[in-house]
Amino acid sequence: MMENMDDAIQINDLTKTFGTATILNGLDFNIPKGKITSILGFSGAGKSTLLKHILGLLQPTSGQIVVLGKDLATLSPVQLREFRRSFGMLFQYAALFDSKTAFGNVAFPLREFTNLDETQIEKRVSDLLLSVGIKEEAFHRLPSELSGGMRKRVGLARALALSPQIMLYDEPTTGLDPITTKMVNDLIVETHNKNRGMTSIIISHDIKATLEISDFIAFLDRGSIVEYLPVSEFKKSTNPIVQEFLNL
Amino acid sequence: MNVANLGRRYTEKLGAVIINAIDGLGSVSYFGSKFFYWFMKPPFRLKLFMEQMYFIGNKSLFIICLSGAFTGMVMAYQVYFGFKLISVDSLVGPVVSITLARELGPVLTGLIVAGRAGAAMAAQIGTMKVTEQVDALEVMGIDSFQYLAVPRIIAGTLSLPMLSSLFCLVGNVGSFIVGTRALMIDEAVYLSKLGEFMFMEDMTQGVIKAFVFGFVVAVIGTYFGFSVSKGAEGVGRGTNLAVVWGMISVLILDYFLTSFLVHIL
Repeated sequence: MMENMDDAIQINDLTKTFGTATILNGLDFNIPKGKITSILGFSGAGKSTLLKHILGLLQPTSGQIVVLGKDLATLSPVQLREFRRSFGMLFQYAALFDSKTAFGNVAFPLREFTNLDETQIEKRVSDLLLSVGIKEEAFHRLPSELSGGMRKRVGLARALALSPQIMLYDEPTTGLDPITTKMVNDLIVETHNKNRGMTSIIISHDIKATLEISDFIAFLDRGSIVEYLPVSEFKKSTNPIVQEFLNL
Repeated sequence: MNVANLGRRYTEKLGAVIINAIDGLGSVSYFGSKFFYWFMKPPFRLKLFMEQMYFIGNKSLFIICLSGAFTGMVMAYQVYFGFKLISVDSLVGPVVSITLARELGPVLTGLIVAGRAGAAMAAQIGTMKVTEQVDALEVMGIDSFQYLAVPRIIAGTLSLPMLSSLFCLVGNVGSFIVGTRALMIDEAVYLSKLGEFMFMEDMTQGVIKAFVFGFVVAVIGTYFGFSVSKGAEGVGRGTNLAVVWGMISVLILDYFLTSFLVHIL
């Protein structure tokens, strides 16, 4: 495992069990600050459970998670809720609020958590939507009136609204056509490059897409990290499970 | 299969049903108790509350007025033909009015709101749950219970007494029209008997019941919304359960509230 880096997230001996099932089994790895790290694995490997632990939505059975220098176990529910504002998250299907327009979705966190007036919010939302490639005529469309790719863009703009330090992408390219997949990948890299210092974490099982855009890849199998390497080394991994995944 | 095995199997099934029922009751009670913690905590989302008041209250006006009017009119007929046999047909007004105020107003309004708004609450929140919109709120640092459940529960609790009162008012008007125009009861007699036998306690009992039914129906609607899993099928099941349990709760609670309130009012 890699160490001695400026880490955004430290996961120490993390174990999670639900009843008799062990979902995460003694995970021990660090996610470096300012880089794109992908967590790969087959379905049911524990990726989403790990993500929920990083966000503090689930409590570990044992072990420790330190995010941006804060041990999540020491935070009260209120502190934890406030701390989550350091994260932005792009959900698999964007998870836009279907009662709000594209504009309303992006404005939502700004209205909830900032003291900006409506003029400032309007400017910030317009800038964000334009920066992810949404044209002005689509600003006031409901999510049901947007294509899958546009919904992802709006979801990304919403996630970036509060300038998060850590950006999480949950299966960002799963189920998308090749052109939209490329668009989403480009958007992730562009977003990462535009926001210097931001740590990006991608949860995925799309090996091709993650190899193209990641700096580091961790491979999760049955609740354990079986490989965690910089992308160039990951491609040469001799681990049989990783090899099987790479050759799919 | 021998009788002993059959007996054991049914006992086990009955035991499982009882355990599930207690477990469910505990979960709903815990869910409802969270309301008392969260509704006092800022931020107070007035806009969301007003939207829910509009949806539960304003959008129910037509069905409440329709049900109230016909309930009052039908009751006037039924009571009249019963009372006429013993020559007390002049008491149609107070009997209809007291029945509406104490029982039919809050109970029928509770059942209507459980069917209309309780189902909508479960479907809205359930859909948000399966499309990860609830997770999106949590990730942003917003408590989904406070954001989604609290405004609905407050709106339900406050709307139902108003709707129930309207139900009673329209029901009384319907009864008055049928009583005085179709059944030829003298208007002055109808109104004087109403004033003679109808008391404030009758109204108070109905309003208290309506408050409780509003709270319970909204808690159950939101609870089944948050309990949804497994996609569209789960939303359908959650909505169905919200309506069924909302209505059952109104009917069962009505008995206990009545037996309690008749002693204190």
